[in-house]
Amino acid sequence: MNTQVNLCGIKMKNPVTVASGTFGYGREYADYIDLNRLGGIITKGTSLKPRMGNPSPRICEVPGGMLNSIGLQNPGVEYFAENDLPWLRKFDTKIIVNACGSTIDEYVELCRILNKLDIDGVELNLSCPNVKAGCLAFGTTYEGVKEVTSQVKKVLTDKPLIVKLTPNVTDITLPAKGAEDAGADGVSGINTLLGMKIDIDKKRPVLANNTGGFSGPGIRSIGVRMVYQMSKAISIPILGMGGITNGDDAIEYMLAGATAVSIGSSNFADPETSIKTIEGIEKYMKKHNIEDINSIIGTVQMN
Amino acid sequence: MRAPEITKDAKPGQFLELKVSETGEPFLRRPISINSIDGDLVTIIFAVKGKGTELLSKVEVGKKIDIMGPLGKGVFEVQEYNNVAIIGGGLGSYPLYELTKRLKGKTSINVYLGFRDKSVVTCEKEFEEIGVNKLVIATDDGSYKEKGFAIDFMKKDIEEHMVDRIFACGPTPMLRAIKKYAEENNIPCQVSLEERMGCGIGACLGCAVKVKEDGNEVYKHVCKDGPVFFAKDVDF
Ligand SMILES: Cc1cc2nc3c(=O)[nH]c(=O)nc-3n(C[C@H](O)[C@H](O)[C@H](O)COP(=O)(O)OP(=O)(O)OC[C@H]3O[C@@H](n4cnc5c(N)ncnc54)[C@H](O)[C@@H]3O)c2cc1C
Ligand SMILES: Cc1cc2nc3c(=O)[nH]c(=O)nc-3n(C[C@H](O)[C@H](O)[C@H](O)COP(=O)(O)O)c2cc1C
Ligand code: FES
Repeated sequence: MNTQVNLCGIKMKNPVTVASGTFGYGREYADYIDLNRLGGIITKGTSLKPRMGNPSPRICEVPGGMLNSIGLQNPGVEYFAENDLPWLRKFDTKIIVNACGSTIDEYVELCRILNKLDIDGVELNLSCPNVKAGCLAFGTTYEGVKEVTSQVKKVLTDKPLIVKLTPNVTDITLPAKGAEDAGADGVSGINTLLGMKIDIDKKRPVLANNTGGFSGPGIRSIGVRMVYQMSKAISIPILGMGGITNGDDAIEYMLAGATAVSIGSSNFADPETSIKTIEGIEKYMKKHNIEDINSIIGTVQMN
Repeated sequence: MRAPEITKDAKPGQFLELKVSETGEPFLRRPISINSIDGDLVTIIFAVKGKGTELLSKVEVGKKIDIMGPLGKGVFEVQEYNNVAIIGGGLGSYPLYELTKRLKGKTSINVYLGFRDKSVVTCEKEFEEIGVNKLVIATDDGSYKEKGFAIDFMKKDIEEHMVDRIFACGPTPMLRAIKKYAEENNIPCQVSLEERMGCGIGACLGCAVKVKEDGNEVYKHVCKDGPVFFAKDVDF
Protein backbone atom coordinates (compact mmCIF):
# COMPACT_ATOMS: atom_id res chain seq x y z
CA MET A 1 0.00 0.00 0.00
CA ASN A 2 1.48 3.34 -0.99
CA THR A 3 0.50 6.49 0.87
CA GLN A 4 3.37 8.62 -0.44
CA VAL A 5 2.47 11.69 -2.41
CA ASN A 6 4.49 14.28 -4.25
CA LEU A 7 3.13 17.76 -3.61
CA CYS A 8 4.86 19.87 -6.28
CA GLY A 9 8.27 18.39 -5.51
CA ILE A 10 7.72 17.91 -1.79
CA LYS A 11 7.75 14.12 -1.34
CA MET A 12 5.69 13.25 1.70
CA LYS A 13 5.27 9.86 3.41
CA ASN A 14 1.53 10.46 3.53
CA PRO A 15 -0.82 13.23 2.37
CA VAL A 16 -1.56 14.59 5.85
CA THR A 17 -0.11 17.89 7.03
CA VAL A 18 -1.15 20.26 9.82
CA ALA A 19 -2.51 23.65 8.80
CA SER A 20 -0.79 26.96 9.30
CA GLY A 21 -1.59 28.83 12.50
CA THR A 22 -3.19 25.87 14.22
CA PHE A 23 -0.01 24.03 15.15
CA GLY A 24 2.43 26.79 16.13
CA TYR A 25 5.96 25.67 15.24
CA GLY A 26 5.11 22.16 16.42
CA ARG A 27 6.54 22.24 19.92
CA GLU A 28 3.27 22.26 21.84
CA TYR A 29 1.77 19.30 19.99
CA ALA A 30 4.98 17.26 20.21
CA ASP A 31 3.85 16.38 23.76
CA TYR A 32 0.68 14.86 22.33
CA ILE A 33 1.61 13.19 19.04
CA ASP A 34 4.65 11.80 17.22
CA LEU A 35 5.52 14.49 14.69
CA ASN A 36 7.49 11.92 12.69
CA ARG A 37 4.22 10.41 11.53
CA LEU A 38 3.03 13.55 9.76
CA GLY A 39 3.45 14.04 6.04
CA GLY A 40 4.36 17.63 6.75
CA ILE A 41 4.07 20.56 9.11
CA ILE A 42 3.00 23.96 7.87
CA THR A 43 4.29 26.56 10.28
CA LYS A 44 2.26 29.41 11.63
CA GLY A 45 2.21 32.54 9.48
CA THR A 46 5.71 34.04 9.63
CA SER A 47 6.68 37.54 8.56
CA LEU A 48 9.91 39.45 7.89
CA LYS A 49 9.69 41.30 11.22
CA PRO A 50 7.96 40.20 14.44
CA ARG A 51 4.23 40.97 14.64
CA MET A 52 2.26 41.56 17.82
CA GLY A 53 -1.13 40.35 16.65
CA ASN A 54 -4.59 41.60 17.56
CA PRO A 55 -6.10 42.33 21.00
CA SER A 56 -8.26 39.76 22.82
CA PRO A 57 -10.78 38.20 22.49
CA ARG A 58 -9.20 36.63 19.44
CA ILE A 59 -11.34 33.50 19.37
CA CYS A 60 -14.98 32.58 19.65
CA GLU A 61 -16.97 29.47 19.04
CA VAL A 62 -19.73 29.37 16.42
CA PRO A 63 -21.94 26.54 15.10
CA GLY A 64 -19.73 24.28 13.02
CA GLY A 65 -16.46 25.64 14.32
CA MET A 66 -14.90 28.88 15.42
CA LEU A 67 -13.87 32.40 14.44
CA ASN A 68 -10.33 33.64 14.94
CA SER A 69 -8.63 36.98 14.57
CA ILE A 70 -5.13 36.20 15.79
CA GLY A 71 -3.66 38.81 13.46
CA LEU A 72 -0.56 36.84 12.51
CA GLN A 73 1.27 37.16 15.82
CA ASN A 74 4.73 35.69 15.18
CA PRO A 75 8.35 36.24 16.24
CA GLY A 76 9.64 37.02 12.73
CA VAL A 77 11.63 34.89 10.30
CA GLU A 78 15.03 35.42 11.92
CA TYR A 79 13.85 34.20 15.29
CA PHE A 80 12.14 31.23 13.63
CA ALA A 81 15.28 30.30 11.71
CA GLU A 82 17.46 30.39 14.82
CA ASN A 83 15.15 28.93 17.43
CA ASP A 84 12.44 26.80 15.90
CA LEU A 85 13.71 25.48 12.60
CA PRO A 86 16.69 23.53 14.02
CA TRP A 87 14.34 21.86 16.48
CA LEU A 88 11.72 21.09 13.82
CA ARG A 89 14.41 19.61 11.60
CA LYS A 90 15.04 16.82 14.07
CA PHE A 91 11.80 15.22 12.93
CA ASP A 92 11.34 13.11 9.84
CA THR A 93 8.63 15.24 8.27
CA LYS A 94 8.46 17.98 5.64
CA ILE A 95 8.63 21.57 6.83
CA ILE A 96 6.70 24.18 4.89
CA VAL A 97 6.81 27.79 6.05
CA ASN A 98 3.66 29.90 5.79
CA ALA A 99 4.89 33.33 4.65
CA CYS A 100 2.99 36.56 5.11
CA GLY A 101 3.64 40.21 4.46
CA SER A 102 1.98 43.60 4.08
CA THR A 103 3.61 44.77 0.86
CA ILE A 104 5.06 43.06 -2.18
CA ASP A 105 8.54 44.17 -1.08
CA GLU A 106 8.02 42.49 2.28
CA TYR A 107 6.96 39.22 0.66
CA VAL A 108 9.99 39.36 -1.61
CA GLU A 109 12.47 40.13 1.19
CA LEU A 110 10.99 37.36 3.32
CA CYS A 111 11.16 34.80 0.53
CA ARG A 112 14.75 35.79 -0.25
CA ILE A 113 15.57 34.70 3.31
CA LEU A 114 13.38 31.59 3.18
CA ASN A 115 15.10 30.52 -0.04
CA LYS A 116 18.34 30.00 1.91
CA LEU A 117 16.82 28.14 4.87
CA ASP A 118 16.72 24.38 5.33
CA ILE A 119 12.99 24.04 4.61
CA ASP A 120 11.03 21.97 2.09
CA GLY A 121 8.71 24.59 0.71
CA VAL A 122 6.92 27.89 1.15
CA GLU A 123 3.18 28.45 1.48
CA LEU A 124 2.55 32.06 0.49
CA ASN A 125 -0.32 33.39 2.56
CA LEU A 126 -2.30 35.72 0.31
CA SER A 127 -5.45 35.06 2.23
CA CYS A 128 -5.43 36.16 5.86
CA PRO A 129 -8.66 38.02 6.61
CA ASN A 130 -7.42 39.46 9.90
CA VAL A 131 -4.76 41.98 9.02
CA LYS A 132 -5.51 45.29 7.41
CA ALA A 133 -2.75 45.59 4.85
CA GLY A 134 -1.39 42.96 2.51
CA CYS A 135 -2.57 39.40 2.26
CA LEU A 136 -6.16 39.80 1.23
CA ALA A 137 -5.38 42.96 -0.75
CA PHE A 138 -3.45 40.85 -3.26
CA GLY A 139 -5.24 37.57 -2.81
CA THR A 140 -8.66 38.17 -4.29
CA THR A 141 -7.91 38.91 -7.94
CA TYR A 142 -6.17 37.22 -10.85
CA GLU A 143 -3.87 40.22 -11.35
CA GLY A 144 -3.02 40.67 -7.65
CA VAL A 145 -2.06 37.04 -7.12
CA LYS A 146 -0.13 36.92 -10.37
CA GLU A 147 1.86 40.05 -9.49
CA VAL A 148 2.98 38.93 -6.00
CA THR A 149 3.60 35.37 -7.09
CA SER A 150 5.80 36.34 -10.01
CA GLN A 151 7.87 38.75 -7.88
CA VAL A 152 8.33 36.09 -5.21
CA LYS A 153 9.18 33.44 -7.80
CA LYS A 154 12.18 35.52 -8.87
CA VAL A 155 13.85 35.18 -5.46
CA LEU A 156 12.44 31.85 -4.31
CA THR A 157 14.47 29.88 -6.81
CA ASP A 158 15.28 26.77 -4.78
CA LYS A 159 12.01 25.90 -3.01
CA PRO A 160 8.59 24.86 -4.21
CA LEU A 161 6.07 27.70 -3.91
CA ILE A 162 2.49 26.99 -2.85
CA VAL A 163 0.09 29.94 -2.96
CA LYS A 164 -2.62 29.88 -0.29
CA LEU A 165 -5.93 31.27 -1.48
CA THR A 166 -8.91 32.83 0.21
CA PRO A 167 -12.48 31.59 -0.17
CA ASN A 168 -13.76 35.16 0.25
CA VAL A 169 -14.18 35.58 -3.52
CA THR A 170 -16.89 34.92 -6.07
CA ASP A 171 -14.74 32.69 -8.27
CA ILE A 172 -11.68 31.06 -6.73
CA THR A 173 -10.45 29.76 -10.06
CA LEU A 174 -9.36 33.29 -11.04
CA PRO A 175 -6.76 33.82 -8.28
CA ALA A 176 -5.79 30.15 -8.68
CA LYS A 177 -5.06 30.77 -12.37
CA GLY A 178 -3.14 33.90 -11.41
CA ALA A 179 -0.87 31.76 -9.24
CA GLU A 180 -0.41 29.12 -11.92
CA ASP A 181 0.30 31.65 -14.68
CA ALA A 182 2.95 33.32 -12.50
CA GLY A 183 4.75 30.02 -12.05
CA ALA A 184 3.53 28.83 -8.65
CA ASP A 185 4.26 25.14 -8.06
CA GLY A 186 0.99 24.52 -6.23
CA VAL A 187 -1.95 26.18 -4.53
CA SER A 188 -3.58 25.57 -1.17
CA GLY A 189 -6.95 26.36 0.33
CA ILE A 190 -9.20 27.20 1.70
CA ASN A 191 -8.23 29.77 4.26
CA THR A 192 -10.95 30.96 6.63
CA LEU A 193 -14.24 32.60 5.63
CA LEU A 194 -14.85 36.04 7.05
CA GLY A 195 -17.46 35.95 9.79
CA MET A 196 -18.81 37.91 12.76
CA LYS A 197 -20.48 37.03 16.05
CA ILE A 198 -22.39 39.56 18.14
CA ASP A 199 -22.79 39.44 21.92
CA ILE A 200 -26.45 40.43 22.12
CA ASP A 201 -26.25 41.58 25.75
CA LYS A 202 -23.31 43.89 25.12
CA LYS A 203 -24.55 44.70 21.61
CA ARG A 204 -20.98 44.36 20.40
CA PRO A 205 -19.06 41.82 18.36
CA VAL A 206 -17.42 39.17 20.56
CA LEU A 207 -14.06 39.51 18.81
CA ALA A 208 -12.00 42.61 19.63
CA ASN A 209 -11.26 42.84 15.91
CA ASN A 210 -15.04 42.67 15.23
CA THR A 211 -14.70 40.12 12.44
CA GLY A 212 -12.71 36.91 12.22
CA GLY A 213 -12.04 33.90 10.05
CA PHE A 214 -14.47 30.99 10.24
CA SER A 215 -12.89 27.54 10.31
CA GLY A 216 -13.93 24.03 11.32
CA PRO A 217 -16.33 21.33 10.08
CA GLY A 218 -18.86 23.97 9.01
CA ILE A 219 -16.67 25.12 6.11
CA ARG A 220 -15.79 21.67 4.76
CA SER A 221 -18.37 21.55 2.00
CA ILE A 222 -17.24 24.95 0.76
CA GLY A 223 -13.61 23.85 0.79
CA VAL A 224 -14.38 20.65 -1.08
CA ARG A 225 -16.37 22.55 -3.72
CA MET A 226 -13.57 25.10 -4.20
CA VAL A 227 -10.83 22.47 -4.40
CA TYR A 228 -12.91 20.69 -7.03
CA GLN A 229 -13.36 23.90 -9.03
CA MET A 230 -9.66 24.68 -8.86
CA SER A 231 -8.67 21.17 -9.89
CA LYS A 232 -10.70 21.58 -13.07
CA ALA A 233 -9.21 25.01 -13.80
CA ILE A 234 -5.50 24.52 -13.14
CA SER A 235 -2.99 21.71 -13.52
CA ILE A 236 -0.63 22.35 -10.59
CA PRO A 237 -1.16 20.28 -7.40
CA ILE A 238 -3.56 21.39 -4.67
CA LEU A 239 -3.16 21.18 -0.89
CA GLY A 240 -6.75 20.95 0.33
CA MET A 241 -8.11 22.04 3.69
CA GLY A 242 -11.10 23.35 5.57
CA GLY A 243 -12.94 21.44 8.26
CA ILE A 244 -11.16 18.10 8.02
CA THR A 245 -11.80 16.00 11.14
CA ASN A 246 -10.90 12.46 10.03
CA GLY A 247 -9.79 10.15 7.22
CA ASP A 248 -13.14 10.23 5.44
CA ASP A 249 -13.04 14.03 5.23
CA ALA A 250 -9.50 13.88 3.85
CA ILE A 251 -10.56 11.35 1.21
CA GLU A 252 -13.36 13.70 0.17
CA TYR A 253 -10.79 16.43 -0.52
CA MET A 254 -8.55 14.03 -2.44
CA LEU A 255 -11.40 12.80 -4.60
CA ALA A 256 -12.19 16.45 -5.31
CA GLY A 257 -8.64 16.95 -6.55
CA ALA A 258 -6.31 17.57 -3.60
CA THR A 259 -2.89 15.87 -3.70
CA ALA A 260 -2.48 16.41 0.04
CA VAL A 261 -4.50 17.87 2.91
CA SER A 262 -4.09 20.01 6.03
CA ILE A 263 -5.75 19.57 9.40
CA GLY A 264 -6.50 22.91 11.06
CA SER A 265 -8.83 23.74 13.92
CA SER A 266 -9.67 20.10 14.58
CA ASN A 267 -6.27 19.85 16.24
CA PHE A 268 -7.80 21.95 19.03
CA ALA A 269 -10.75 19.64 19.58
CA ASP A 270 -8.47 16.59 19.50
CA PRO A 271 -4.65 16.85 19.24
CA GLU A 272 -4.61 13.37 17.67
CA THR A 273 -6.81 14.33 14.71
CA SER A 274 -3.92 14.29 12.23
CA ILE A 275 -2.78 10.81 13.31
CA LYS A 276 -6.33 9.48 13.24
CA THR A 277 -6.72 10.98 9.75
CA ILE A 278 -3.64 9.10 8.53
CA GLU A 279 -5.06 5.89 9.98
CA GLY A 280 -8.47 6.63 8.49
CA ILE A 281 -6.99 7.07 5.03
CA GLU A 282 -5.24 3.69 5.32
CA LYS A 283 -8.46 2.08 6.44
CA TYR A 284 -10.30 3.51 3.45
CA MET A 285 -7.57 2.23 1.12
CA LYS A 286 -7.89 -1.28 2.55
CA LYS A 287 -11.65 -1.22 2.37
CA HIS A 288 -11.61 -0.16 -1.29
CA ASN A 289 -8.54 -2.19 -2.30
CA ILE A 290 -6.57 0.89 -3.22
CA GLU A 291 -2.88 0.13 -3.78
CA ASP A 292 -1.73 3.69 -4.33
CA ILE A 293 -3.37 6.74 -2.78
CA ASN A 294 -2.39 8.79 -5.82
CA SER A 295 -4.86 6.77 -7.89
CA ILE A 296 -7.85 8.46 -6.26
CA ILE A 297 -6.78 12.10 -6.61
CA GLY A 298 -9.40 14.04 -8.55
CA THR A 299 -11.43 10.95 -9.47
CA VAL A 300 -14.80 12.10 -8.23
CA GLN A 301 -17.50 11.23 -10.80
CA MET A 302 -19.92 14.12 -11.19
CA ASN A 303 -23.62 13.41 -11.48
CA MET B 1 -12.76 12.35 38.62
CA ARG B 2 -10.16 9.63 38.97
CA ALA B 3 -7.16 10.71 36.89
CA PRO B 4 -3.72 9.74 38.20
CA GLU B 5 -1.97 11.27 35.17
CA ILE B 6 -3.45 14.63 36.14
CA THR B 7 -3.08 14.45 39.90
CA LYS B 8 0.52 13.23 39.71
CA ASP B 9 2.03 16.65 39.24
CA ALA B 10 -0.81 19.15 39.14
CA LYS B 11 -0.10 22.54 40.70
CA PRO B 12 -2.54 25.03 42.21
CA GLY B 13 -3.78 27.40 39.53
CA GLN B 14 -3.58 24.88 36.70
CA PHE B 15 -6.62 24.01 34.60
CA LEU B 16 -8.03 21.24 32.42
CA GLU B 17 -9.47 21.30 28.90
CA LEU B 18 -12.50 19.07 28.81
CA LYS B 19 -14.10 17.63 25.72
CA VAL B 20 -17.83 18.15 26.15
CA SER B 21 -19.17 16.37 23.09
CA GLU B 22 -18.39 13.34 20.95
CA THR B 23 -20.24 14.75 17.97
CA GLY B 24 -18.00 17.73 17.36
CA GLU B 25 -20.73 20.18 18.38
CA PRO B 26 -19.95 22.22 20.44
CA PHE B 27 -16.59 22.22 18.69
CA LEU B 28 -14.09 23.47 21.28
CA ARG B 29 -13.03 22.07 24.63
CA ARG B 30 -13.96 23.93 27.82
CA PRO B 31 -11.31 25.24 30.23
CA ILE B 32 -12.06 24.56 33.91
CA SER B 33 -9.68 25.06 36.84
CA ILE B 34 -8.59 22.38 39.24
CA ASN B 35 -10.41 22.84 42.52
CA SER B 36 -8.85 20.06 44.55
CA ILE B 37 -6.46 17.14 44.34
CA ASP B 38 -6.94 14.23 46.72
CA GLY B 39 -4.83 11.18 45.98
CA ASP B 40 -5.68 10.28 42.41
CA LEU B 41 -8.96 12.18 42.49
CA VAL B 42 -9.27 15.59 40.88
CA THR B 43 -12.25 17.82 41.62
CA ILE B 44 -13.57 20.60 39.41
CA ILE B 45 -16.48 22.89 40.16
CA PHE B 46 -18.21 24.78 37.40
CA ALA B 47 -21.27 26.87 36.73
CA VAL B 48 -23.61 25.96 33.88
CA LYS B 49 -23.35 28.94 31.51
CA GLY B 50 -24.03 27.67 28.00
CA LYS B 51 -24.30 24.44 26.07
CA GLY B 52 -20.79 23.20 26.84
CA THR B 53 -21.06 23.32 30.59
CA GLU B 54 -24.62 22.05 30.36
CA LEU B 55 -23.45 18.90 28.56
CA LEU B 56 -20.66 18.54 31.09
CA SER B 57 -23.13 18.74 33.96
CA LYS B 58 -25.02 15.76 32.52
CA VAL B 59 -22.06 13.39 32.34
CA GLU B 60 -23.00 10.30 34.30
CA VAL B 61 -20.96 8.88 37.14
CA GLY B 62 -18.64 6.15 35.87
CA LYS B 63 -18.36 7.54 32.34
CA LYS B 64 -14.93 8.25 30.86
CA ILE B 65 -14.31 11.72 29.49
CA ASP B 66 -11.51 13.13 27.37
CA ILE B 67 -9.41 15.67 29.28
CA MET B 68 -6.19 17.50 28.46
CA GLY B 69 -4.18 18.64 31.46
CA PRO B 70 -2.98 19.73 33.87
CA LEU B 71 -2.35 22.84 31.74
CA GLY B 72 -0.61 26.14 32.39
CA LYS B 73 2.96 27.00 33.39
CA GLY B 74 1.99 30.09 35.35
CA VAL B 75 0.82 28.80 38.74
CA PHE B 76 0.37 30.09 42.28
CA GLU B 77 3.71 29.99 44.09
CA VAL B 78 3.64 27.68 47.07
CA GLN B 79 6.50 28.52 49.44
CA GLU B 80 7.12 29.93 52.92
CA TYR B 81 5.58 33.36 53.57
CA ASN B 82 4.84 35.36 56.72
CA ASN B 83 1.28 36.41 55.97
CA VAL B 84 -0.73 35.96 52.80
CA ALA B 85 -4.15 37.14 51.66
CA ILE B 86 -6.14 34.80 49.40
CA ILE B 87 -9.07 36.49 47.72
CA GLY B 88 -11.68 34.98 45.44
CA GLY B 89 -14.78 36.28 43.72
CA GLY B 90 -17.63 33.92 42.77
CA LEU B 91 -16.41 31.02 40.64
CA GLY B 92 -12.91 32.33 41.20
CA SER B 93 -13.00 30.95 44.73
CA TYR B 94 -12.75 27.35 43.54
CA PRO B 95 -9.15 27.20 42.28
CA LEU B 96 -7.98 28.90 45.47
CA TYR B 97 -8.98 25.88 47.52
CA GLU B 98 -6.08 23.65 46.43
CA LEU B 99 -3.72 26.60 46.92
CA THR B 100 -4.95 27.18 50.44
CA LYS B 101 -4.48 23.50 51.30
CA ARG B 102 -0.91 23.57 50.09
CA LEU B 103 -0.02 26.81 51.85
CA LYS B 104 -1.30 25.49 55.14
CA GLY B 105 1.59 25.25 57.58
CA LYS B 106 3.86 27.43 55.43
CA THR B 107 2.39 30.79 56.37
CA SER B 108 -0.39 32.55 58.18
CA ILE B 109 -3.36 32.69 55.79
CA ASN B 110 -6.34 35.00 55.54
CA VAL B 111 -9.01 33.99 53.02
CA TYR B 112 -11.62 36.40 51.61
CA LEU B 113 -14.38 35.01 49.41
CA GLY B 114 -16.95 37.27 47.81
CA PHE B 115 -20.24 36.12 46.27
CA ARG B 116 -23.16 37.88 44.64
CA ASP B 117 -25.69 36.56 47.15
CA LYS B 118 -26.40 33.65 49.45
CA SER B 119 -27.56 31.32 46.66
CA VAL B 120 -24.09 31.10 45.09
CA VAL B 121 -21.95 30.70 48.20
CA THR B 122 -19.97 27.46 47.82
CA CYS B 123 -16.97 25.72 49.33
CA GLU B 124 -17.32 27.46 52.68
CA LYS B 125 -17.17 24.25 54.67
CA GLU B 126 -14.14 23.01 52.76
CA PHE B 127 -12.20 26.20 53.41
CA GLU B 128 -13.24 26.08 57.06
CA GLU B 129 -11.91 22.56 57.40
CA ILE B 130 -8.47 23.56 56.21
CA GLY B 131 -8.23 25.80 59.25
CA VAL B 132 -6.87 29.20 58.31
CA ASN B 133 -6.09 32.25 60.42
CA LYS B 134 -9.17 34.03 59.18
CA LEU B 135 -11.96 33.22 56.73
CA VAL B 136 -14.24 36.02 55.55
CA ILE B 137 -17.32 35.20 53.46
CA ALA B 138 -18.97 38.30 52.03
CA THR B 139 -22.04 38.76 49.84
CA ASP B 140 -22.69 41.87 47.79
CA ASP B 141 -26.23 42.17 49.16
CA GLY B 142 -25.54 40.98 52.69
CA SER B 143 -27.83 37.97 52.32
CA TYR B 144 -25.15 35.79 53.93
CA LYS B 145 -22.38 36.56 56.44
CA GLU B 146 -20.60 39.89 55.84
CA LYS B 147 -22.19 42.50 53.57
CA GLY B 148 -19.88 44.14 51.06
CA PHE B 149 -16.97 43.37 48.75
CA ALA B 150 -14.28 40.89 49.73
CA ILE B 151 -11.56 43.34 48.68
CA ASP B 152 -12.67 45.92 51.26
CA PHE B 153 -12.38 43.40 54.08
CA MET B 154 -8.96 42.42 52.82
CA LYS B 155 -7.77 46.04 52.64
CA LYS B 156 -8.89 46.72 56.19
CA ASP B 157 -6.92 43.76 57.53
CA ILE B 158 -3.83 44.54 55.48
CA GLU B 159 -3.78 48.10 56.83
CA GLU B 160 -3.40 46.61 60.28
CA HIS B 161 -1.20 43.72 59.33
CA MET B 162 0.95 43.75 56.18
CA VAL B 163 1.00 40.67 53.93
CA ASP B 164 3.86 39.55 51.73
CA ARG B 165 1.68 38.05 49.00
CA ILE B 166 -1.84 38.36 47.61
CA PHE B 167 -3.38 35.53 45.58
CA ALA B 168 -6.48 36.43 43.60
CA CYS B 169 -8.98 34.82 41.27
CA GLY B 170 -12.34 36.15 40.16
CA PRO B 171 -14.13 38.49 37.79
CA THR B 172 -11.99 40.94 35.85
CA PRO B 173 -13.24 44.16 37.54
CA MET B 174 -12.36 42.69 40.93
CA LEU B 175 -8.93 41.62 39.73
CA ARG B 176 -8.31 45.10 38.33
CA ALA B 177 -9.10 46.66 41.70
CA ILE B 178 -6.80 44.20 43.47
CA LYS B 179 -4.00 44.85 40.99
CA LYS B 180 -4.30 48.58 41.62
CA TYR B 181 -4.30 48.15 45.40
CA ALA B 182 -1.34 45.74 45.34
CA GLU B 183 0.70 48.10 43.18
CA GLU B 184 -0.05 51.13 45.34
CA ASN B 185 1.04 49.19 48.41
CA ASN B 186 3.95 47.35 46.86
CA ILE B 187 2.57 43.91 47.61
CA PRO B 188 3.55 41.07 45.24
CA CYS B 189 0.27 39.82 43.85
CA GLN B 190 -0.60 36.81 41.68
CA VAL B 191 -3.84 36.80 39.71
CA SER B 192 -5.47 34.02 37.72
CA LEU B 193 -6.85 35.25 34.38
CA GLU B 194 -9.45 33.89 31.95
CA GLU B 195 -9.55 34.25 28.19
CA ARG B 196 -11.34 32.47 25.36
CA MET B 197 -9.30 29.50 24.23
CA GLY B 198 -8.76 27.45 21.12
CA CYS B 199 -6.03 24.88 21.70
CA GLY B 200 -5.34 25.34 25.43
CA ILE B 201 -1.63 24.59 25.01
CA GLY B 202 -0.02 27.64 23.40
CA ALA B 203 -0.24 26.72 19.73
CA CYS B 204 -3.08 28.85 18.34
CA LEU B 205 -2.19 32.12 20.14
CA GLY B 206 -5.88 32.69 20.78
CA CYS B 207 -5.87 33.54 24.48
CA ALA B 208 -3.66 36.63 24.35
CA VAL B 209 -3.02 38.96 27.27
CA LYS B 210 -0.81 42.05 27.15
CA VAL B 211 2.33 41.74 29.26
CA LYS B 212 5.16 44.17 29.93
CA GLU B 213 8.51 42.56 29.25
CA ASP B 214 11.73 44.60 29.55
CA GLY B 215 9.74 47.78 29.05
CA ASN B 216 8.06 46.46 25.90
CA GLU B 217 4.47 45.38 25.53
CA VAL B 218 4.06 41.88 24.17
CA TYR B 219 1.23 39.38 24.07
CA LYS B 220 1.56 36.32 26.27
CA HIS B 221 -0.96 33.51 26.46
CA VAL B 222 -3.24 32.63 29.34
CA CYS B 223 -3.20 28.89 28.60
CA LYS B 224 0.56 28.52 28.47
CA ASP B 225 2.25 31.44 30.25
CA GLY B 226 -0.66 31.64 32.73
CA PRO B 227 -3.37 31.30 33.80
CA VAL B 228 -1.63 32.80 36.85
CA PHE B 229 0.43 35.96 36.32
CA PHE B 230 2.04 38.56 38.55
CA ALA B 231 -0.52 41.37 38.52
CA LYS B 232 2.06 44.09 37.90
CA ASP B 233 3.16 42.42 34.64
CA VAL B 234 -0.24 42.13 32.98
CA ASP B 235 -2.54 44.66 31.41
CA PHE B 236 -6.10 43.32 31.39
C1 LIG C 1 -8.31 29.15 32.70
C2 LIG C 1 -9.79 29.11 32.93
C3 LIG C 1 -10.31 28.50 34.05
C4 LIG C 1 -11.68 28.45 34.28
N1 LIG C 1 -12.13 27.82 35.41
C5 LIG C 1 -13.46 27.73 35.64
C6 LIG C 1 -13.94 27.04 36.81
O1 LIG C 1 -13.17 26.50 37.61
N2 LIG C 1 -15.29 26.98 37.01
C7 LIG C 1 -16.17 27.58 36.13
O2 LIG C 1 -17.38 27.49 36.36
N3 LIG C 1 -15.74 28.23 35.02
C8 LIG C 1 -14.40 28.32 34.76
N4 LIG C 1 -13.96 28.98 33.62
C9 LIG C 1 -14.96 29.56 32.70
C10 LIG C 1 -15.49 28.44 31.78
O3 LIG C 1 -14.47 28.02 30.91
C11 LIG C 1 -16.67 28.96 30.94
O4 LIG C 1 -17.74 29.27 31.79
C12 LIG C 1 -17.12 27.89 29.95
O5 LIG C 1 -16.16 27.71 28.95
C13 LIG C 1 -18.45 28.28 29.30
O6 LIG C 1 -18.78 27.30 28.32
P1 LIG C 1 -20.28 27.12 27.85
O7 LIG C 1 -20.30 26.23 26.68
O8 LIG C 1 -21.11 26.73 29.00
O9 LIG C 1 -20.73 28.59 27.48
P2 LIG C 1 -20.83 29.28 26.05
O10 LIG C 1 -21.07 30.71 26.32
O11 LIG C 1 -21.79 28.56 25.18
O12 LIG C 1 -19.39 29.10 25.46
C14 LIG C 1 -19.08 29.57 24.16
C15 LIG C 1 -17.56 29.67 24.02
O13 LIG C 1 -17.04 30.72 24.82
C16 LIG C 1 -16.09 30.25 25.74
N5 LIG C 1 -16.27 30.93 27.03
C17 LIG C 1 -17.43 31.37 27.56
N6 LIG C 1 -17.20 31.95 28.76
C18 LIG C 1 -15.88 31.90 28.98
C19 LIG C 1 -15.01 32.35 30.03
N7 LIG C 1 -15.47 32.96 31.10
N8 LIG C 1 -13.68 32.13 29.91
C20 LIG C 1 -13.19 31.49 28.83
N9 LIG C 1 -13.96 31.06 27.80
C21 LIG C 1 -15.27 31.26 27.88
C22 LIG C 1 -16.38 28.77 25.86
O14 LIG C 1 -15.25 28.02 26.30
C23 LIG C 1 -16.79 28.43 24.46
O15 LIG C 1 -15.68 28.28 23.62
C24 LIG C 1 -12.58 29.05 33.37
C25 LIG C 1 -12.07 29.68 32.23
C26 LIG C 1 -10.70 29.72 32.01
C27 LIG C 1 -10.17 30.39 30.79
C1 LIG D 1 -6.28 30.06 15.04
C2 LIG D 1 -6.00 29.99 13.56
C3 LIG D 1 -4.87 30.63 13.03
C4 LIG D 1 -4.58 30.58 11.67
N1 LIG D 1 -3.45 31.19 11.19
C5 LIG D 1 -3.15 31.10 9.86
C6 LIG D 1 -1.94 31.67 9.35
O1 LIG D 1 -1.11 32.22 10.09
N2 LIG D 1 -1.69 31.57 8.02
C7 LIG D 1 -2.57 30.94 7.17
O2 LIG D 1 -2.30 30.87 5.98
N3 LIG D 1 -3.70 30.38 7.63
C8 LIG D 1 -4.02 30.44 8.96
N4 LIG D 1 -5.18 29.87 9.42
C9 LIG D 1 -6.08 29.16 8.48
C10 LIG D 1 -5.85 27.65 8.50
O3 LIG D 1 -4.53 27.32 8.12
C11 LIG D 1 -6.85 26.92 7.58
O4 LIG D 1 -6.67 27.37 6.27
C12 LIG D 1 -8.28 27.16 7.98
O5 LIG D 1 -8.41 27.19 9.37
C13 LIG D 1 -9.24 26.10 7.43
O6 LIG D 1 -8.96 24.81 7.93
P1 LIG D 1 -9.71 24.15 9.20
O7 LIG D 1 -11.17 24.30 8.97
O8 LIG D 1 -9.25 22.73 9.23
O9 LIG D 1 -9.27 24.91 10.40
C14 LIG D 1 -5.48 29.89 10.79
C15 LIG D 1 -6.61 29.25 11.32
C16 LIG D 1 -6.88 29.29 12.68
C17 LIG D 1 -8.10 28.59 13.21
S1 FES E 1 -5.70 28.71 23.67
FE1 FES E 1 -4.36 28.40 22.01
S2 FES E 1 -2.70 29.62 22.66
FE2 FES E 1 -3.97 29.67 24.40
